[in-house]
Amino acid sequence: MKRLSRFRRHRAVAPLLLVLALFSIGTTFSVAGAATSTPISAAEKSALIDEGKQLFLKGCSSCHGLNAEGGGIAPSLIGVGAASVDFQVATGRMPMADMSTQAMRKKPVYNEKQVEALAAYVASLAPGPEVPGESQLNYERDGSAAQGGELFRTNCAMCHNFAGQGGALTQGKYAPSVMGVEPRHIYEAMITGPQSMPVFSDKTITPAEKLSIIKWIKAAEAEPQLGGAALGRVGPVTEGLLVWTLGLGLLVGVAVWLAMKAR
Amino acid sequence: MTARERIAGSVANYVDERTGAAAWMKKNLNKVFPDHWSFLLGEIALYSFVILLLSGTFLTFWFDPSQREVIYDGGYQPLSGLKMSAAYASTLHISFEVRGGLLMRQIHHWAALIFMAAIVVHLMRVYFTGAFRKPREFNWIIGVGLLTLGIVEGFLGYSLPDDLLSGTGIRIAEAIIQALPLVGSYLAFFAFGGAFPGEAFIPRIYTVHVLLLPGAFLALITVHLMLVWYQKHTQYPGPGRTEKNVVGYPLLPVYMAKAGGFFFIVFGVTAFLGAVASINPIWLYGPYTPGQISAGSQPDWYMGWLDGLVRMAPPLETHAFGHTISWNILIPGLIVPGILFTGMALYPFIESWMTGDKREHHLLDRPRNAPNRTALGVMSLTFMLVALINGGNDIIATTFHLTINQIMWFSRIAIFVLPPLSFVITKRLCLSLQRADRDLVLHGRETGRLVMMPHGEFVEVHEPISPEKAWLLTQHEQNPALALDENDSRGVRRPGALKNKLRARLSKAHAVAVPKVTAEDLKEIEHH
Amino acid sequence: MSNEIEAIKDPGLPAHVHRRADTDPKAAKKAERQVAILFLLSALGTVTMIGSYIFIPQDIFIFFPVLGNTNAHQLFLGLGMAASLFFIGMGAIHWAKTLMPDEEVVIQRHEFRSPDEDRADFVATAKAGAAAAGLGRRSLIKRSLGLSLGLAGLSPLILLRDLGPLPKDELSKTSWKAGTRLVTDPGDRPIRAEDLEVGAVAQTLPEIAKGGHRALSDIGKDAVLLIRLRPEEFNLDAERLSWTHEGIIAFSKICSHMGCAVALYEQQTKHLLCPCHQSTFDVTRAAKVIFGPAARPLPQLAITVDSEGYLIAKQPFTEPVGPSFWERSS
Repeated sequence: MKRLSRFRRHRAVAPLLLVLALFSIGTTFSVAGAATSTPISAAEKSALIDEGKQLFLKGCSSCHGLNAEGGGIAPSLIGVGAASVDFQVATGRMPMADMSTQAMRKKPVYNEKQVEALAAYVASLAPGPEVPGESQLNYERDGSAAQGGELFRTNCAMCHNFAGQGGALTQGKYAPSVMGVEPRHIYEAMITGPQSMPVFSDKTITPAEKLSIIKWIKAAEAEPQLGGAALGRVGPVTEGLLVWTLGLGLLVGVAVWLAMKAR
Repeated sequence: MTARERIAGSVANYVDERTGAAAWMKKNLNKVFPDHWSFLLGEIALYSFVILLLSGTFLTFWFDPSQREVIYDGGYQPLSGLKMSAAYASTLHISFEVRGGLLMRQIHHWAALIFMAAIVVHLMRVYFTGAFRKPREFNWIIGVGLLTLGIVEGFLGYSLPDDLLSGTGIRIAEAIIQALPLVGSYLAFFAFGGAFPGEAFIPRIYTVHVLLLPGAFLALITVHLMLVWYQKHTQYPGPGRTEKNVVGYPLLPVYMAKAGGFFFIVFGVTAFLGAVASINPIWLYGPYTPGQISAGSQPDWYMGWLDGLVRMAPPLETHAFGHTISWNILIPGLIVPGILFTGMALYPFIESWMTGDKREHHLLDRPRNAPNRTALGVMSLTFMLVALINGGNDIIATTFHLTINQIMWFSRIAIFVLPPLSFVITKRLCLSLQRADRDLVLHGRETGRLVMMPHGEFVEVHEPISPEKAWLLTQHEQNPALALDENDSRGVRRPGALKNKLRARLSKAHAVAVPKVTAEDLKEIEHH
Repeated sequence: MSNEIEAIKDPGLPAHVHRRADTDPKAAKKAERQVAILFLLSALGTVTMIGSYIFIPQDIFIFFPVLGNTNAHQLFLGLGMAASLFFIGMGAIHWAKTLMPDEEVVIQRHEFRSPDEDRADFVATAKAGAAAAGLGRRSLIKRSLGLSLGLAGLSPLILLRDLGPLPKDELSKTSWKAGTRLVTDPGDRPIRAEDLEVGAVAQTLPEIAKGGHRALSDIGKDAVLLIRLRPEEFNLDAERLSWTHEGIIAFSKICSHMGCAVALYEQQTKHLLCPCHQSTFDVTRAAKVIFGPAARPLPQLAITVDSEGYLIAKQPFTEPVGPSFWERSS
C-alpha cells in the first residue's frame, strides 16, 4: 500500500531497461519563466511603459486601437490588467495568426522582456489583475493535489476534460489542453477569463485553492501511465477505436491463419 | 496394450456403464465442423465470455459494491482524503494495492469490449450469409437476445466503480426511466431506492451484473451452442458441398485443438491489451457527484450509437393536461432502438414471408447473390454508424477541427439520407458483382496477355476458369418472385389485397438478379 | 430448382493435396520442433509473469515508445500472461494444422422433420392427453386456473414494491428556500455580490447547518450555477430580471434534458453548453434552448442579498429542476 504512495517521487532503475525519471521534470522548469516580482524604480517603470507603448503601437494597435480602446474586431484592453496581457502574449495567443474561431497557444512572438513591457503599458492604462509573482505561485508548498482535483472536476473538467486534455465548445471553439502550461499562465487564465473562459474570482476560488488546482494539473501532467498507453485520456471513444482495430484485427488475423490450409 | 491405454479403457468403461454415454460420444466425437475464419467470430464472443467470468470472479474478491461514503486513505495521492463511495474506493484498491488487480480490471473491460464487438461481427456474418434462415431462426433470436443483454450487462459493469463518468451514465439512465409516461418517476424511485443517486443502486446492479445476467447468458449461450451442435454448422458453397452434407474436420482431434487453441489466443490478446493499453482509468475520472461533469462524457462504444441518437434528437416535449412526455428522450432512447431490435429479431420471418421460401438452408449465400438482404444490412449498419459518429462528435470535433454543431447537423440529415443511399448503392454493387461473375464464367479470366490477330487486331487472351470456380459462381439458386395476383381467377379482389400487394412488391425487389450462367449458355458460347 | 435450365455440374470435392509434413518426415520433424518452440515460449511467458509478480515492485516505471512512461509491474505481468496464453494457442493450432490429419471429412445431414407417422402419433397423443384432462369441456376449471396463474405471476411484482419509496413530490422539491444562502462548491463559503467580477462564474449549493451532511441526492437537485454579466446584457422580462441581482443570474446546474451538470459557460457568447448531449442555453435569455435536444430552459433561481450582503435565494425554484417526468405540469 505504501509502496504505491511513493511512486510520484520515485526515481528508480529497472534492470536491463532504460529507466526514466518520472515526475518532477515538468515542474522543475515551470517556475523558471515566472515574471520578476522584484520592486523596480519609478524611472525604470516609466521606461518600461514607454517601451511597451512602442511595442503596442507597432504590433497591437491595428486591431486593439491606438489607445487600446478596442475596435470592431478586437476588445478594449483598458482595465484588463497585466495578467491578461502576460497570459495572451506569453502563451503566443496574441498577436493572433489569423482571425479564426479562437486564438490558440503557439510559439510566442515577443520575448519575456517585451511581454513585461507590454503588460506594464496596458496595466498603466487602468488597474487590473496583476501578474502573480513567483512567491505567490509556490503550489508545491501551498497546494493540495486532492483538493485541487475536486476543485478541478467541479470548475474546470466540464470544458477541459477530466484529465485536462481539453474539449469541444460550441461552434468550433474549444477549451485547450492544460497540459504543459506554465503555472503562472494557468493562474492568470483563472483570474482573467481569457476568450470563452469565465473568470474564477478569488473569493469563490481562493488563491490557495487556485494553487491546489495547479498542483493537481501538474500531478496529472506528470502522472506516468499506470495501466499502459493512455489513449489520449479522452475516455471510451479511443478505447472503442482500439478494440475494433487492434483487438479485433489481431483476433481475426489469427482466425484467418487458423482456417488456412497448411502447406 | 500400454498402461495408458488400459487406464483410458477402464475409465471409459466406468463412465459408460453408469451413463451409457459411449454411443453418444462415439457419434459426437466424429462431429464435423467446416473450417472458415468467419466461423470463429462467434467463438471470439464465447471465449471473451469465459474470460469475463474468470476475470470478473477475481474482481469480486475485493470489490465492495456499496455506496456508503468513505474517506479515501489508499495509495493514490491525488485522491487522498476525498469523500467517495466504498465501491469507488475498493476499485482504486484493486487498481493500486492488489498486485495484478489493475491488469485484471483492464482485461475484464477489454474483454467486455471484445465480447460486444465479436457479437456484432458474428451477427454481421450470420446476416450477410443468410445463416439465419430455416431451421436457424430461433438461434438468430437467441443471438439478438444475447446482444441486447450484452449491452445491458456492459453498461451495468462499467457503472459499478461509481466514478464520475459512469455516474453520469447512470444519471442519464435514470432520466430515461423517469421519462416513461405514467410509471416513470415510480420506477425510478423503486430502482434507486429514492431520489437519484441514493445508496441502493450500485449494490442492486451488482447482483444483476454478477448473478442474474451471467446466469441468463449461460442459459442462452448453452441453448445457442446446443442448437448449433444439433443442427450442424452451415457451410460456404463450393465443390462437393451441398445442402445435404457437411464438409470439414472432425471434432477430435483437429477441431478441438484448433478451437481450444483459439481460446488461449483470445485470452492472450485480451491480456496483451490489458497489459499495454489503459482502459477506464477511474482514478482520473474522480468519484461521482451529481454536481461535476467532464467534457467529452461518452459511454462505451456499444452504447455510443444510443448516445448519438439522443444527442441528435429534436427538442420535443409535450405538455398537456398537467403531464409531460419527453419525446426527445423516448424517441431516441426507447422507441427507435425498440423498433430496430424488434425488426432485427423478426428479420428471418420477414424474409421468408417476402420470398415465400420455407425450405431448410444449410449452404450459405454469397452476399452478392442476395442483393436486397445485403443492401438492407449495409443500410442498417450505416444508420448505426452515423449514430455512433454523432455519439463521439465532441472528440471528433476537437480532433479534426470541426464544430460540434456541424457534426450534429450532418448527423441529423445523414441519418435520414445516408441509409437509403447506401441501400441503393449496395444493391447496385451486388448486381454488378453478379454481372462480373457471369462474365467470368462465360468468357474466362483476363490474362493480361495481348495477341495480335492475323488481320492486325489486338485481343486479350482469356483463360477459362476452373470447373470448381465455375461451380462456385453458379451454384446459387435464383428464385422467381412470388406470383401473388391481386385478383383471383374469376377477377374478384382477394381478401388482404393490400398485404398481398406489399408482399408481391417486396418479393419482386428481393428476386432482382443478373441471370446466372447455365450449361446451355456455355455450350452456346463454345459454338462461336 | 427449376429443371428446364441445365445448371453447371458440381465437380465434387477437389482431390486432397498433401502437406509437406505428410510426405516428408523432415518437414514433420520441423513442424514438431516449431510447435515445441511455441509451447516453450508460453512457458517463458509464465515465468516472466511469476517473476514480475514477485520481483518487480509496483512503483517502477520504464519508458516505451508509444506507451510512454509505464508501470513496469503491470506491464510485464500482463505481457507475461499474454505470452503464456497466446503461445499455448499458437502451438496447439500449429500442431493441428501441420501434424493432425487434414483430410476433409464429409458427413450427411439428417432431416429435422420427423417422419409423418411420428408427427401424426404426436398430435394424436397430445389430443388424447388434452381430452383426458377435459380442459376443453370444463371451462370453469380452465378460467379459474387462468385467473390463479395470472395472479400468482403478479405477486413477485408486489414483492418488489419496497425497493423504494413513492416519489410523492420529491422530484419537484429542492433544498432551496427563501433566504437560503448560496455557498461555494466545494468550500461551503457564502458569497457576496461583489465577490464576482463581470464574466465570473461560481458553482454553488445551498448552505447547510454546521456539521450537517449533504447527500449526493441533494446535490443532484440543488446544484446552482452563478454567472455575472453586465446588467445591460440581459434580455429578460421584468419578472426574470427581478430574479437577478446586479447582473448576477442563477440557474439550476442540472440539465433539463437528462440531468447532467450544465456548467460549461462561454464567457464571450454567454452560452451554456451541456457536455453530455450538447444542449446549448442562452444565459441572457433566461437559459433559452438554442441548440441540442433539451426542450426546456434551465430553471432560474431568484436571488437577492441578505442584510450582511451575502447572496441568498429569494424564493425556492418555481418549477421542478432536472429531467422531465410524467407528473411534471409544465
